[in-house]
Amino acid sequence: MYPTDLRYARTHEWARKEGDLVVVGITKYAVDLLTDLVYLDLPEVGEHTFAGSSFGEVESVKAVSDLYAPVAGEVVEVNQAVVQDPTVIASDPYGKGWLIKIRPEAGAAFDELLTAEQYEQQIASEAH
Amino acid sequence: MPDLLKTPLHAWHVAQGARLVDFAGFHLPVQYRSIVEEHQAVRSGVGLFDISHMGRLTFSGPDAPALLQHLFTNDIPTMKPGQVRYGLLCNEEGGILDDVLVYRLEPHFWLMVVNASNREKIVGWVYRHLSGRDVKFADRTFDWCMIALQGPQALAATRLMDPTCGELRYYFAKIGHPNPDDAEPQIVSRTGYTGEDGFEIIAANRWAEVMVGFLCHPATTARLGTPVVPCGLGARDTLRLEAAMPLYGHELSESIDPLQAGLGWAVKLDKGPFVGREALLRRKDDPKLPVRVGLEMAGKRPAREGCPILLQGQAVGTVCSGTFAPTLQKAIAMAYVARHAAAPGTRLEIDVRGKTEPATVVKLPFYTRPK
Repeated sequence: MYPTDLRYARTHEWARKEGDLVVVGITKYAVDLLTDLVYLDLPEVGEHTFAGSSFGEVESVKAVSDLYAPVAGEVVEVNQAVVQDPTVIASDPYGKGWLIKIRPEAGAAFDELLTAEQYEQQIASEAH
Repeated sequence: MPDLLKTPLHAWHVAQGARLVDFAGFHLPVQYRSIVEEHQAVRSGVGLFDISHMGRLTFSGPDAPALLQHLFTNDIPTMKPGQVRYGLLCNEEGGILDDVLVYRLEPHFWLMVVNASNREKIVGWVYRHLSGRDVKFADRTFDWCMIALQGPQALAATRLMDPTCGELRYYFAKIGHPNPDDAEPQIVSRTGYTGEDGFEIIAANRWAEVMVGFLCHPATTARLGTPVVPCGLGARDTLRLEAAMPLYGHELSESIDPLQAGLGWAVKLDKGPFVGREALLRRKDDPKLPVRVGLEMAGKRPAREGCPILLQGQAVGTVCSGTFAPTLQKAIAMAYVARHAAAPGTRLEIDVRGKTEPATVVKLPFYTRPK
């Protein structure tokens, strides 16, 4: 159900290696939990992310949630299309709905992120 | 979830796949699918709400009108049989204990609908004022269910269950006894909490699943030409916010009085003595008390409860409710601000978790239904 070419954070972000960059978004599970996305606050290009720390916010009609960086590094690109229209995230969370691209620091622990299988197990345990 | 109260529709909500949350001690649906879709259904078709968590208190006996007149800020003796009135229950200091609807169902039979979060407090408050009065008082909350049908198609939907409901004027109710041997009433009122036309229906618990089963049946959808859409607390909140209706615990509390909340129309200071009147007369023109206003944000980011409000760098108030308004496609909020910052058109800044967002004071309500 979750793409196996991605890695996942417990906080429901996904990460994908693209050359020497890491693309970050939020999972379908997070989108379903949030529903009705209305506003996105993303960092500027050049800002630094810290693994497990907030890099932005996503607001649904109901509430606001933090976005946590899966890896440490420098933000090199921000998806302005989703800032303009956050509903793109709901329709294509792993494609057009990506949020930021990070140039990871040396030693960034990409491989410590969850695999699709591990992430699915975590969601199954959260549902109870 | 341990120890949460359930309405007679709890199993039905679960079967519909609703997401349930703890609300005022009840396990209630916050949304079935999407808050925005449910919201739009009420603005353009008809939405169905389980509001059985609301408290339903009845009063009868010769002293019932005098007791209600003593506790309620609005006027009781001028209510006609069948009439419904909004008003407040205040403490001696003028602080709001609850905002309620009082129904005069029959000449000597009254109903008060109170917020779930305040039901126990109000029951206690009523008992405190009962002694020496000939009043029969009962809490029927757990005997009767309550549903709301709201939206431009609410009349057509309610009519399928009650063919003459269209004769009810806004803020009127009627009581029927389906079985002469049965003391349980069926109460239909033209009231609601969404800013749309609509009805609220009270009946014995066993009718709850019967009613929603009928309303959501494909044959009913076919007859109406539109589905009756189940709506959760999420849509209830965005709808009431657009209509600028206050919510206890947000716009209203024991440290707020009805006049600063903009509810002076429901407070009859000249009706004679009632609990809180002396304090309200003192507070009435106190320039130091902040007042409730509506705010429209310049951007799409909603301010939320607790966000500080600034006027030229000076703190002037706090947000009590905020959301992205689906009908208006704008971020809106209600807030209490100092009087010098309360005039429509005033430009304010809201501190939304450390970022300053511009906002403008606007007249309430944000949304009025097309006539």
